[in-house]
Amino acid sequence: MPEVLKAPLVVEFPFTRSLGPVQSAFLTGLRERVVLGVRTGDDRTLVPPVEYDPVTAEELHDLVEVAATGTVTTWAWNHAPRRGQPLATPFAWVLVRLDGADTALLHALDAPGPDAVRTGMRVRIRWAEERTGAITDIACFEPHDGDPAELTGTTGEFADPVTGIVAPARLDYTYSPGRAQSAYIEALSTRRTVGERCPSCRKVYVPPRGACPTCGVPTAEQVEVGPRGTVTTFCIVNIKAKNLDIEVPYVYAHIALDGAGLALHGRISGIPYDQVRMGLRVEPVWTDGARYPDHYRPAGEPDADYDAYKELL
Amino acid sequence: MTREETPGVRDIAVVAFAQTDVLRTTDELSEVEMLMPVLHSVLDRTGLKTADIGFTCSGSSDYLAGRAFSFTLALDGVGAWPPISESHVETDGAWALYEAWTKLLTGDADTALVYSYGKSSPGSLRDVLTRQLDPYYVAPLWPDSVALAALQAQALIDAGEADESALAAIGTRSRRVATLNSHAQLRGTVPQGDYAVRPLRTGDCPPVGDGAAAVILAAGERARELCSRPAWIRGIDHRIEAHSLGVRDLTDSPSTRLAAEKAGVFERPVDTAELHAPFSAQEIVLRKALRLDDSVRVNLSGGALAANPMMAAGLIRIGEAAARIHRGESDRALGHATSGPCLQQNLVAVLEGDAR
Repeated sequence: MPEVLKAPLVVEFPFTRSLGPVQSAFLTGLRERVVLGVRTGDDRTLVPPVEYDPVTAEELHDLVEVAATGTVTTWAWNHAPRRGQPLATPFAWVLVRLDGADTALLHALDAPGPDAVRTGMRVRIRWAEERTGAITDIACFEPHDGDPAELTGTTGEFADPVTGIVAPARLDYTYSPGRAQSAYIEALSTRRTVGERCPSCRKVYVPPRGACPTCGVPTAEQVEVGPRGTVTTFCIVNIKAKNLDIEVPYVYAHIALDGAGLALHGRISGIPYDQVRMGLRVEPVWTDGARYPDHYRPAGEPDADYDAYKELL
Repeated sequence: MTREETPGVRDIAVVAFAQTDVLRTTDELSEVEMLMPVLHSVLDRTGLKTADIGFTCSGSSDYLAGRAFSFTLALDGVGAWPPISESHVETDGAWALYEAWTKLLTGDADTALVYSYGKSSPGSLRDVLTRQLDPYYVAPLWPDSVALAALQAQALIDAGEADESALAAIGTRSRRVATLNSHAQLRGTVPQGDYAVRPLRTGDCPPVGDGAAAVILAAGERARELCSRPAWIRGIDHRIEAHSLGVRDLTDSPSTRLAAEKAGVFERPVDTAELHAPFSAQEIVLRKALRLDDSVRVNLSGGALAANPMMAAGLIRIGEAAARIHRGESDRALGHATSGPCLQQNLVAVLEGDAR
């Protein structure tokens, strides 16, 4: 059995999110060094503010300023910060109830070590130098000995409010396609196409995924298919895709490789686009260093009978 | 909800359960290859073929696989050939079981296949799980799953309900009883280890592993045909708490208590409980919410501290509880599943065997 393949896989996405009126006021406030909470019907102040009461589901909109100082309600010492976290040096995760708030905000506390942190300790916000209207406008919390901070007396109305955030995310994986697909990819490196036969229905799956989707049983018997095949159906592409170096119109086809139980897809070239037809016999064209056929071209054989491929449409 | 609240509805039971060994890595297997043996195992136990199954429901997560619609590939393992009645939940399979249970209640099907799987090994689980957090106020800070559980543990310590040695004892007991569970990932004596995020040490945290599980549900007489002692679902309910951690009392789990109440847990004592408590401190919170005293056998499987395959660990709790009823080792058992940070969402099922 060939070695199972592995490759790094990075999933990155900038999530663009719009804000409701409450979130917009809170995040704009952070940009202006002001912390806003929202008042509930039973006169509690939620910080960070939400648009609906978590208990009653009542819509909330009464914004109220709270202080930039507060009290730690629980904490955890993080000796090995991870990518993306607020501080690169060891810090405490803290839930902080800001003065004037009834609920706690999650953030980081910059402290010299775990012995310097306790539940009930007083802290204040350290603002980020550059603020954009995001939770990261709070750089972190820091220990604070003094009185509660003064309120700014804001109305909660700001010029140029923040209406959205972009939340970048990146996750790193080591992808392994498993045994069956590894064997398929390994075979392609020697320009062979290998499928797997279902022990029950005898169909040959290309590419193989290790299971027959019809019978729900494992497949294991490897079968080499092709290299030639038959066009079972096709379409003519008239719109050029971004970054694609292929002149339009071109033909995209389903191709049943000889011996395969279902069709693969590929591009057809070497023949005028309006002469491609069902039943056309084709063969793969490889380019140097490629990991799969660049396209298929006419094999110069008579067309296949419809009966020979009608089950593979 | 419970059977007693809704007279006239059909009895539904777990009639078969299977799970894989949970392993740190399974590079050589695709998801469907990992899953197929357990699918075949539950089918073999009942004599059913995939074509006989009335409804199929699965649980998994794209964020573990790093691919969109990753569950569609796993469907190959059930022979998902039309016509098939099939559904998927993007969370633990315990919630897929809940969906299948409601489907059987409607009378649309008499049997259901429920499965779930997770391969955590390709990614960094602590980072992956940050993506389930509030995207406005929390996720941009990347607080990882261990850090959030550590905040909960410290809250419990501050409240005087635990100390570090009490937490350590939970992990130690879990892994000791897991020596009897050949599927568990961590068994026997495991060092308590260094702090992961203080106050949690590695011994307070679940192992990261890959695994899958499957159960078959059946209604009424069909259940008796398929299993000599069906595990009847007497009640099942799931509840959720506020998204924001700072709104919640982390030392309690009101959603678990409410789900248990609605599922009928408190009507009669249970003899067995399988709790999905990935972190040691969470077992204390759950025992309190569920009012479990020392007369109840808790997590004889070893629980999530011995094996916590994401998306399958909750379904495994229900499966383990059901299997004890099948074997005659329990008459009334509780299965619990959780999802989200610090026990955010909780599902509770009550299972009973016929009187002996």
